[in-house]
Amino acid sequence: MSILIAILVLGGMCLFFGALLGYAAVKFKVEGDPLVEQLDALLPQTQCGQCGYPGCKPYAQAIANGEAINKCAPGGEDTIKKIANLMGVDVQPLDESHAQDNTPKVAFIIEEDCIGCTKCIQACPVDAIIGAAKQMHTIIADECTGCDLCVAPCPVDCIKMIPIAQTTHNWQWDLNRINVKTIDADDYSNKQSNNVKTNTTEEVNV
Amino acid sequence: MGSILARIKQGRWWKFHGGIHPPEQKFLTMHKPIRNLPLPKVLVLPLKQHIGQKGDIQVNVGDNVLKGQPLTNSPHPMAVPIHAPTSGIITEIKNTLVAHPSGLSELCIFIKPDEKEEWVARHICQDYKQLSAQEILTKITNAGIAGMGGAGFPTNVKINTKVATKFLIINAAECEPYITADDLLMREHSSEIVDGIKILNKVLSAEQILIAIEDNKPEAIKALKKVTGSLDNFHVCVIPTIYPTGGEKQLITRLTGLEVPQGGLPSALGIVVQNVATCFAVADAVINDIPLIRRVVTVTGKALEKPQNVWALLGTPIKHLLTQCGYQKQSPEHLIMGGPMMGFSLPSIDISITKTSNCILAPSTKEIPKDNNEVDCIRCGQCADVCPSQLLPQELQWFAKAKDHDQLQKFNLFDCIECGACAYVCPSQIPLVHYYRIAKAEIRQQQQQDLKAEKAKARFEARKQRLAQEKIKREEKHRKAAEARKAAMNSNTAQAKDAKSAVAAALARAKAKKAQASDDNNDKKSQVSAAIARAKAKKQAKDGIATNKTTTAKTSDRLTKEKNADDQEVLDSITSSNTETTKPNTKKQNSNDNNNETATKEKVLTKAEKIALAVAKAKAKKAAENSSTHHTDSNLNSIDNDINNQNNTDDINAKKQRIAVAVAKAKAKKQQQSTESKNNQSKESS
Repeated sequence: MSILIAILVLGGMCLFFGALLGYAAVKFKVEGDPLVEQLDALLPQTQCGQCGYPGCKPYAQAIANGEAINKCAPGGEDTIKKIANLMGVDVQPLDESHAQDNTPKVAFIIEEDCIGCTKCIQACPVDAIIGAAKQMHTIIADECTGCDLCVAPCPVDCIKMIPIAQTTHNWQWDLNRINVKTIDADDYSNKQSNNVKTNTTEEVNV
Repeated sequence: MGSILARIKQGRWWKFHGGIHPPEQKFLTMHKPIRNLPLPKVLVLPLKQHIGQKGDIQVNVGDNVLKGQPLTNSPHPMAVPIHAPTSGIITEIKNTLVAHPSGLSELCIFIKPDEKEEWVARHICQDYKQLSAQEILTKITNAGIAGMGGAGFPTNVKINTKVATKFLIINAAECEPYITADDLLMREHSSEIVDGIKILNKVLSAEQILIAIEDNKPEAIKALKKVTGSLDNFHVCVIPTIYPTGGEKQLITRLTGLEVPQGGLPSALGIVVQNVATCFAVADAVINDIPLIRRVVTVTGKALEKPQNVWALLGTPIKHLLTQCGYQKQSPEHLIMGGPMMGFSLPSIDISITKTSNCILAPSTKEIPKDNNEVDCIRCGQCADVCPSQLLPQELQWFAKAKDHDQLQKFNLFDCIECGACAYVCPSQIPLVHYYRIAKAEIRQQQQQDLKAEKAKARFEARKQRLAQEKIKREEKHRKAAEARKAAMNSNTAQAKDAKSAVAAALARAKAKKAQASDDNNDKKSQVSAAIARAKAKKQAKDGIATNKTTTAKTSDRLTKEKNADDQEVLDSITSSNTETTKPNTKKQNSNDNNNETATKEKVLTKAEKIALAVAKAKAKKAAENSSTHHTDSNLNSIDNDINNQNNTDDINAKKQRIAVAVAKAKAKKQQQSTESKNNQSKESS
């Protein structure tokens, strides 16, 4: 009798929880893959296509499906680390075929050479180029992600990528920026008397 | 409010957490009056000397400027104008080192003083009490006044608050251990300062005015008490000396017991804090119409023979100040702008004084050693005891070293005022503030990047959506047009029948024309192909040379094939364009025989087009060949000339020429790419 009660109780609980889970699965259904969204948030959104996918979102999708995590050149090491952290995999060095300098750049149109072909406008993934057919084009520097997708389609090679210059606005404190080598005062005067031309300080950018 | 006032009157102050007592060095300069300096040989004025944006330059190199003449101007509220500190000639406008810890360059105006001190026309205000708040604001804006305590926030923006102001606090604490600039200013110009405060209060209409001053400036306190004695809502608050009382948030807590909310502004509490030197500048600007062109600078340190406070014109090179104060060159050279606690080491001696530089410190080597003896943290916790913002400097240090930005923000890194108290007490000599500054800059940059990425993403998505919509619309349009055509055809009306028969007739005519036109085309085709054949022959000869010199026979074969294909393409395009243009021509002839004239015109055009294309092609080839061999191609040139001679319409020709150049460029690029890829291929195959 007690066995029967146990079976009934357990069976009842099974049914109850099964129903609960089934209800929850319907009620709290997650639309889409949240992992893709998270990965997309980590990518730099340059939409450059250097990873071989047409934009950051498709690459995020691909990573979620098992693609290598080291194909984002603009993101560089930092992004790879973050993705590795999220995916729980080992950090890999940047894919060699994609390795290139990822200093932030912005595209610039040499305006007197522009023939107004609109090819760069079609190539720009973020609509950062203004212009019309047979009119000079120009780049909205603030919106440009520096993906350099507009450089190749230009038939007259009038687009160049300019690295963003360091100003007092975007400058970062760096303790080891200037390596100043100090020379003792007596030492220095001795050297001067020996007519040995040496610099008192040496600036080395690390 | 009542209790706050009562406490202030009793002289009972609230306490803020932490604080330190660094050894006072004010005695070096506090007993000497403010000295006037001879004019320097050159003044270097950075366009931006405050927080915000720089204005647009109003002068050119070679201009003569008068003293007080505005040099920049901008409608932007955060852009503060700068003025000529003396009369002279503008010798240069270029990028040069500015007073910034980075040692980076910014745009500066160089003025060579003419020693005449000629003023621009001034309008001295007889009675400032008559001025409206708006007039005062305009005057302050035009005088280019920015907070002179160190941060350089535009004063006109700061006092233009919408919130009712309860307290106007005048910051005369001057807690940095070396600086005495405000002290001397208060002693010598107390009545002007009080005028300045009254002017500010006309705009703010604060209920109470608190002048906060540390008790280590007895003479300044006496001077201020004398001039404010008869004014009932002025309170000279003498507070105990402790560093960093002069910090805005600390001072507010000290006087009123209120705390500025995290990320908020004092104006949220109905409090405005102004530096005492700013008040003096405001009085000068509003009453005497003198813009901000000079300031008191404490030139101090034991490397100087005569440390003293000086009236320095903005733009005065630090070198000039140091020479005037008897600077003994130290080895290694170490100069600090600002105080020893919050200042920064100067990258060069050629930097000039700006609106925010209140002190130049030239310490002897023993006074402030520059060596960095940082050792590991011993977790003594002294830094947390002295932090005026009640942060955990030790924890922050770990996170800053580990670049853990999330944790840093969780531990309120951005509440750090970078006062340097933690680094001062650290027994391990860890430059804690430097770590925080680096971390802050990194976090700010990361935030900016995130913002930009977010924007790029939104734009990318919007573009994708737009393209998709356009595609759908286009398809829809085509479908509708097709349906409409079908419907019109299939309907049994007389019109439809007419249309049908018309179409049939047109088709028949077109067929006839085609047959006729093909003869015409063949002529043209043969002409063009002859020209191409000639050019090809030339090229092949060239290629032969090039092959011997540079590439293998295989690649040259491929090259010629490629070029042949190119030529074919061009030929096709020409013929197709010809047929396109001839079709309507012939149609017109049929429908209207008198219209022969227009037809011939069009023919000329097509001819011109053809010529232009040929020219372009030839040029492209020439360019390609020039790059591989150094032969000049006289034959090709002669073809060029032939074609040019044939051309009758000069106008069109000029335009075509321009197009041709562009096309030539494009071709050259294509050629280059193809050779590159060829080379790559041959490399791979080898």
